Amino acid sequence: MKKVISVLLLIAMLFTMAACGGNEGTKEDELKVGFIFLHDENSTYDKNFMDAAKAACEAMGVTYLQKANIPETNECYEAAIELVEEGCGIIFADSFGHEAHILKAAKENPEVQFCHATGTTAHTEEVANFHNAFASIYEGRYLAGVTAGLKLNEMIEAGKITADKAKMGYVGAFTYAEVISGYTSFYLGAKSVCPSVTMDVQFTGSWYDEQLEKEAANALINKGCVLISQHADSMGAPTACENAGIPNVSYNGSTAAACPETFLISSRINWEPYYKYIIECVQNDKAIDVDWTGTLETGSVELSDLGKNVAAGTADKLAEIEKGLKDGTVKVFDTAAFTVSGDAITANVKVDAEGHVTSYMADVDTDAAYTGDTEAIKDGAFAESSDRSAPYFDLAIDGITRLNSKF
Amino acid sequence: MSNAVKKHHEPLIHITKRDDMIWWKAWLIRLAAVLLGLLVVGVISVLLTKGNFFETYSIMLRGAFGRLGSGSTRLLWKFLLETALLLCLSLALTPAFKMKFWNCGAEGQALIGGLAAAIVMMKLGDKLPYWVVILLIFAAGILAGAVWGIVPALFKAQYKTNETLFTLMMNYIAMQLVAYYAYVNAVPAGSGQIQSIANGHLPVIGGQPYLLTILLALILTGVMLVYLKYSKHGYEISVVGESQNTARYIGINVKKVIIRTMMISGALCGLAGCLMVAGIDHSVNPDTVGGLGFTAIMVAWLGQLNPLIIVLMSGLIVFLESGAAKVADTFYLNGSYADIVAGIVILFVVGCEFFIRYSIKFRHKEGKA
Repeated sequence: MKKVISVLLLIAMLFTMAACGGNEGTKEDELKVGFIFLHDENSTYDKNFMDAAKAACEAMGVTYLQKANIPETNECYEAAIELVEEGCGIIFADSFGHEAHILKAAKENPEVQFCHATGTTAHTEEVANFHNAFASIYEGRYLAGVTAGLKLNEMIEAGKITADKAKMGYVGAFTYAEVISGYTSFYLGAKSVCPSVTMDVQFTGSWYDEQLEKEAANALINKGCVLISQHADSMGAPTACENAGIPNVSYNGSTAAACPETFLISSRINWEPYYKYIIECVQNDKAIDVDWTGTLETGSVELSDLGKNVAAGTADKLAEIEKGLKDGTVKVFDTAAFTVSGDAITANVKVDAEGHVTSYMADVDTDAAYTGDTEAIKDGAFAESSDRSAPYFDLAIDGITRLNSKF
Repeated sequence: MSNAVKKHHEPLIHITKRDDMIWWKAWLIRLAAVLLGLLVVGVISVLLTKGNFFETYSIMLRGAFGRLGSGSTRLLWKFLLETALLLCLSLALTPAFKMKFWNCGAEGQALIGGLAAAIVMMKLGDKLPYWVVILLIFAAGILAGAVWGIVPALFKAQYKTNETLFTLMMNYIAMQLVAYYAYVNAVPAGSGQIQSIANGHLPVIGGQPYLLTILLALILTGVMLVYLKYSKHGYEISVVGESQNTARYIGINVKKVIIRTMMISGALCGLAGCLMVAGIDHSVNPDTVGGLGFTAIMVAWLGQLNPLIIVLMSGLIVFLESGAAKVADTFYLNGSYADIVAGIVILFVVGCEFFIRYSIKFRHKEGKA
């Protein structure tokens, strides 16, 4: 009987204590911003968002709330509503597949601002409190490509390779506009300084798979690629390059510590400027842009420090081109810089006699039939991210060979 | 006494099998185990978060059921929904486990059911009358799940293949098929995501979108209880599970029972997949079932293959996971925290069965005997 009583007492104690305990110390009038992440800080993708979010909230003096490990299902909607109930004025989600669920929450809570990275539907849904955001990361990749091109030139001058052997390899995730836009801008950056460059692209069919990415990088090296870059986030490709002594252009942060001999440069999106922007908008009752594209100018596109083995004069050249990108004299997708031929000339593409694109109807207002709805060629260049923040450059240009495709 | 008595060595601890313990005593021990587990969770949480000991529990309760006195019943509904889905899958596994057929394929059976539902929603949703679509969704989902259950059962019955490996591998086939379907139908092209499907949503009862699923899970619990305990099928399942030779001797067609039971197991998983896709998510991706099919294996065993205990265990696991996720978010811990919490409590729950089945006696001190 004694046992029974002690057990009952224990239950009573736990629950009364639990019911009394815990009132968080946040002020009620302070703006709260809630963040929804696909994974936790063990994923480099989410960590990039998480670090920026914490820094922005601290800098702006607002309360940071998070929901991590939220899959792209109804759980995302529930997480958003929970953040609304916690009193958040802004809710942000970081993964593409969160969009439909965030949109549903936005429609039900018009007084709260919902912001979604990488999404594509804000400009067609026209829900006043639902917004998309991305960054002109293609500019960062272009600059990374220039770094790669200069390295190739150095190899040619040193007699290590001949100009026609200047072939780069690229490990992509999916055959998706964001990836295509990324590797094409990287290639065009290299081509702007090393005209003979070509590139092979190997897709893995996964956003994060260390083994697959390593194998893809090794396969590219075996096919004669003398420089490798990648879209996916794992250390697979950089590690393969370090082992083989092949220069590598990284993504989403410097890999110099792990790959000191082969690391050249890395580009990434810094989300802190966007977070500061949306917090400022809500604090001052201003409307948030339906589609917001961060740039080099806003500090959203960042390049890492250069690796120790970059070609001489790289820093100066990068500064010069960065200036050109900022003032508009250099355009990444200048139609004069690339040609399209053969099967790549689809019904949506029009080219002149030399193969330069004169018109391209891009699928900006996404639909199930992938209808080309928006003219993307403006003022002699492909106007990436101008009609929607998420990239939509998906042309297959000459000089780049897709070894496979993964949808 | 006299020195002539030979001293024999008695071990310090003496373990004997207990006769049946009175039910309420056994349940008190189980309750105590859960509370002790939670106590350890509290201590570990304080070490990890340097927060208040009792705050951990208050955050857990709030994360699972909502803020006390806030008047919001949303989290309560969410708790019931998640419990209902886990319950459906655990109940689906129960007859197979009772037959000692280790069906580790609930994840894939539910996912393929969800995929079938999604295909009906997308391809026929706007072409046929609403109720026909709804019936087709259930028919397709249940059929797909049943097929995913029958295939390993056929191989087990005919060729004695290992069903654990077989059902596990069927999970990956289902995931890849869903991934493939999602990529083919992705919007925008190449993104691999099907956005919300507009047609063929299951009806909403009484303005509560989760109520239908919860009610179906409750009905399923009752049906499964009767099926296992009182039907001829249920009896055959227990006999096959105890001894296939006995089953053969008394004239039970063992192959037939294996295949029929796995068909039911897979069909019920497929039903759960339908509810997830047509009732809740209105879309499908490889994450739709989200590992619930694996959690269900554990829940079915924790519930001792008894539908009523499985209800309690489903609730306990959902409470632990949603509560721990809230603690993790509050103190910026990562996803492993929820696993640690659930692991500790489950260890206590499993461990306490030992004390229910065996009694431990310590050696009595000399002279006091």
